[in-house]
Amino acid sequence: MVENIQKPIFKIQNLSAFYGAKEVLRKININILSNSVTAIIGPSGCGKSTFVRSLNRINDLILNFRVQGKIFYHNKNIYDKDVDVVELRRKVGMVFQKPNPFPKSIYENIAYGLKIHNFIKKEMIDEIVEKSLKKAALWDEVKDNLKQNALSLSGGQQQRLCIARALAIEPEVILLDEPCSAIDPISTAKIEELIYELKKNYTIIIVTHNMQQAARVSDYTAFFLSGELIEFGKTEEVFKAPKDRRTEDYITGRFG
Amino acid sequence: MLLKRKPILKLKELFIERLLFLFSFLSVFTTLGIIIILLFESFEFFKEVSILKFLTDTQWTPLFINKHFGILPLLCGTFLTTLIAICVALPVGLVSAVYLSEYASLKLRAIVKPIMEILAAIPTVVYGYFALLFVTPLLKKIIPSLSGFNALSSGIVMGIMIIPLISSLSEDAMRSVPMSLREGAYAVGSNRLQVSFRVVFPGALSGIISSIVLAISRAIGETMIVAIAAGQQPKLTLNPFVPIETITAYIVQVSLGDTPYGTLEYRTIFACGMTLFVITFILNTFSFKLKRHFLEAYE
Ligand SMILES: Nc1ncnc2c1ncn2[C@@H]1O[C@H](COP(=O)(O)OP(=O)(O)OP(=O)(O)O)[C@@H](O)[C@H]1O
Ligand SMILES: [Mg+2]
Repeated sequence: MVENIQKPIFKIQNLSAFYGAKEVLRKININILSNSVTAIIGPSGCGKSTFVRSLNRINDLILNFRVQGKIFYHNKNIYDKDVDVVELRRKVGMVFQKPNPFPKSIYENIAYGLKIHNFIKKEMIDEIVEKSLKKAALWDEVKDNLKQNALSLSGGQQQRLCIARALAIEPEVILLDEPCSAIDPISTAKIEELIYELKKNYTIIIVTHNMQQAARVSDYTAFFLSGELIEFGKTEEVFKAPKDRRTEDYITGRFG
Repeated sequence: MLLKRKPILKLKELFIERLLFLFSFLSVFTTLGIIIILLFESFEFFKEVSILKFLTDTQWTPLFINKHFGILPLLCGTFLTTLIAICVALPVGLVSAVYLSEYASLKLRAIVKPIMEILAAIPTVVYGYFALLFVTPLLKKIIPSLSGFNALSSGIVMGIMIIPLISSLSEDAMRSVPMSLREGAYAVGSNRLQVSFRVVFPGALSGIISSIVLAISRAIGETMIVAIAAGQQPKLTLNPFVPIETITAYIVQVSLGDTPYGTLEYRTIFACGMTLFVITFILNTFSFKLKRHFLEAYE
């Protein structure tokens, strides 16, 4: 990887987040580089999900949620009043912890994101559906059953369908919040492989509880603890020579 | 030793269980009783009037000298008022369900929902006079040819009455669509309207359909409003501006009159009741089938 072509795509400055009066992220400062994989690790409840869910403002759906500080995406603060949230979410896609395909056919699941936004020809949609499913390594398994209901797929297939759904609208960034926690090891391996592939064209931020997974797939690792960013750096460095004692304790499994 | 139950406790439990069983089956027994009486009396009725006549004759004049026993005019009246009611209640009910479930703030919902439910608790006789004394005169200003008794105003008021049924149950169904589905839709860049109508609504379809079927059954069985405001003239017409009579209104008419017990006229009540029963039964079966179909597809 050539270091110097990578620019920060997200610049996060003094980000604090609250559910009601409860502060769950405290003054986070971090830059996310484009075309890299950043892993977010940390014990349960430390604010990992809250952090990634702030990046596409999906947490706006939670009534008492509030942020302070700034998140620049391509030098535009996404919490500015004049930001088009719909457009932001099309650029910053997301895959959730539990697979959440729509109760529609496989085809419709992917076509949905295309249809809601612009008028495109049926052939175009067909093409993108196929391309997305191929990228998500699901095409071979479902190509004969595109009309089948997505809920009849296995958990691992559903999760890859959700990845395909996110890819179909051509985002720049993909947020993955523990994408493998609800699926079996074989599907997990497939998804890791996929992340490796996707890295070429996308910026990926992945939350994971699995240290090996973080070490395997990511270029950078951020370690969170009780709402604070404790350490951030190249994955090798964080894992081989952590600067902070707490990082080391967590990685070696001494707490959390 | 410790694990051994005291015999008296066992007896008590048995007693409670029996009691609960009895109570829960009370309604089942009642229903059975009603069906048996319905069957028996209509059987007696159909001994004298052939089913074919009953279903094809276009006149219903059991209380006249020249008697005809064709259910069609009554059926038509029921159909007409129900259709008008649904035309009113369906759009209003569904739109308000979507609004309450997906748009309204918690505060607004806390105010609107109880008010809606009060609407459902108003005695239907009040609705009946509301139709007769308020809605009909109002409509007359727009449609001068409107009769004093007509299907239109009773249908409209009946529609208003069943709005809460549709909106409340459909809203419940929509709210039970998991948040994760909405998140998935927002995450690919949907706006709220798209999430509401393309994801939440279809996701709640089985619940929405059963709320609609329930509302239809309610409209078919509604008695007071049509008895008061729709007139008592069995007529085979789809004209909403003239007096008609529904099956339920006819039952009221005969029950209130001085028809002697055991006569053919008296038994028409049960033939009508049986017809209503069959219609509701078909509707419920249909709804059950549909629901199962969608449950299979969506869960
Ligand atoms: N909707 C909410 N309302 C109130 N508090 C919340 C809400 N969601 C999360 N929290 C709290 O915010 C804190 C951070 O939660 P978050 O989900 O971001 O943690 P996490 O690191 O993703 O944990 P996990 O690894 O278990 O997923 C927790 O203390 C949690 O209880
Ligand atoms: Mg989480």
